[in-house]
Amino acid sequence: MNFMMFMVAIVAALLLVTAALIIAKAIGPRSFNKQKGEPYECGMLTRGDTWMQFRVGYYLFSILYLIFDVEAMFLFPWATIVEDLGAAALTSVLFFLGVLILGLAYAWRKGALEWK
Amino acid sequence: MNGFLDYYNFKPVAEWIHSSLCGVMPEGLALFLEGLVVAVVIILLYAILAIALIYMERKVCAFFQCRLGPMRVGKWGLLQVFADVFKILIKEIIKLKNSDHFLYELAPYLVILASILTFSCLPWHNGMGIIDFNIGIFFVLAVSSIEVVGILLAGWSSNSKYTLIGAMRSGAMMISYELSLGMAMLAMVALSGTMSISGIVESQADGWNIFKGHIPAWIAFIVYLIAGNAEANRGPFDLAEAEQELTAGYHTEYSGMHFGFFYLAEYLNLFIVSGIAATVFLGGWMPLHIAGLDAFNQVMDYIPGVVWFFGKAFLIVFLLMWIKWTFPRLRIDQILTLEWKYLIPICLFNLLLMVVLKVYGLVF
Repeated sequence: MNFMMFMVAIVAALLLVTAALIIAKAIGPRSFNKQKGEPYECGMLTRGDTWMQFRVGYYLFSILYLIFDVEAMFLFPWATIVEDLGAAALTSVLFFLGVLILGLAYAWRKGALEWK
Repeated sequence: MNGFLDYYNFKPVAEWIHSSLCGVMPEGLALFLEGLVVAVVIILLYAILAIALIYMERKVCAFFQCRLGPMRVGKWGLLQVFADVFKILIKEIIKLKNSDHFLYELAPYLVILASILTFSCLPWHNGMGIIDFNIGIFFVLAVSSIEVVGILLAGWSSNSKYTLIGAMRSGAMMISYELSLGMAMLAMVALSGTMSISGIVESQADGWNIFKGHIPAWIAFIVYLIAGNAEANRGPFDLAEAEQELTAGYHTEYSGMHFGFFYLAEYLNLFIVSGIAATVFLGGWMPLHIAGLDAFNQVMDYIPGVVWFFGKAFLIVFLLMWIKWTFPRLRIDQILTLEWKYLIPICLFNLLLMVVLKVYGLVF
């Protein structure tokens, strides 16, 4: 039943977007103009390549994100049954968390968390 | 246990509808009809909530700025949003030169998909959650991150420098705040002992998580509100749409209804963030119970769960709007510093605190 509802929600999302776009295309006006398809830069003509270089900092943060997101994924099953596992499992997970905190401290020390 | 909570339970009603439908037609057709009704309900609820939230935002914003807000269209401007929806429908959808057309069309689909999937996970009422996986919270976190892909695609494919920079900033911010969102949830999952949304609500029958988990739950709640506000791209975290520098950020090049989808998803994400906060921290549809006051508890049980859920969710919506219209926008380096140097260490510490308290039985 849940998986069916999951599919129903996906279909509802696709239906909403498609139907609204069809209505908008059907009743909206249409006009043709040479300048219409140009990128909007507040009235100025655009200069140079659009897909330009941007700073590498975004890439660095996405790598850090990946590490911590995977870590959270591993911790979820443990957090669900933490009460039954008790103190022994807590100490084992402490090592896992310790390594991650060391990693964060290393990235911090290396200046990876600064936006320069 | 108590009469009214069972009286309001929707599950028997759903089972009765299913069995009586199966009595008059084959099961496949019955399932199809139910699915159709649920899909229509999702779309209608989604649209109505969006309209209510946009009206509320305009009024709240106006009152915070000592204005009246929309007053002309209908009584107290009640029809203003309907007029806006109609206006956005009759605007032309522009085809861009040199844009990556397939990705440009795909991006609104992804944004709405992520938002509707998380939206259907909310527990509206006792037994009325549409999707109720046993890994509910994990599922919510997983599907809500599809939105980042939609935003990045929108910015990348639009063939404009503003959208590219806006999408990159937005992406960096959203993936960063997803971490503290996940870790705040992790602490609450440890407290509840289950990931299922209905399970989390039912575990709060004897007191909301925010009272049961005392200090770590409050820390997680505040961190969740900050991170959730950033996830919804709102408030002081709306640097992707910093009008002075980036015009409208990642959806600069979208026109008409195409833009409407991003606008819709933004407001619904606000509601979803508030709804999840109401579920995980404030007990979802559970009424407020005070131990020892039986008469008071009976009266509270009399109020239907759907009223409790919407009341709590809209309370948090109002709180987030208050934050949005009070604080100035942050710079990207301040946002990333706040997340990586403050919230993540706080979250890791808070998780450990919660787990230690839970293992040694110091939470209620």
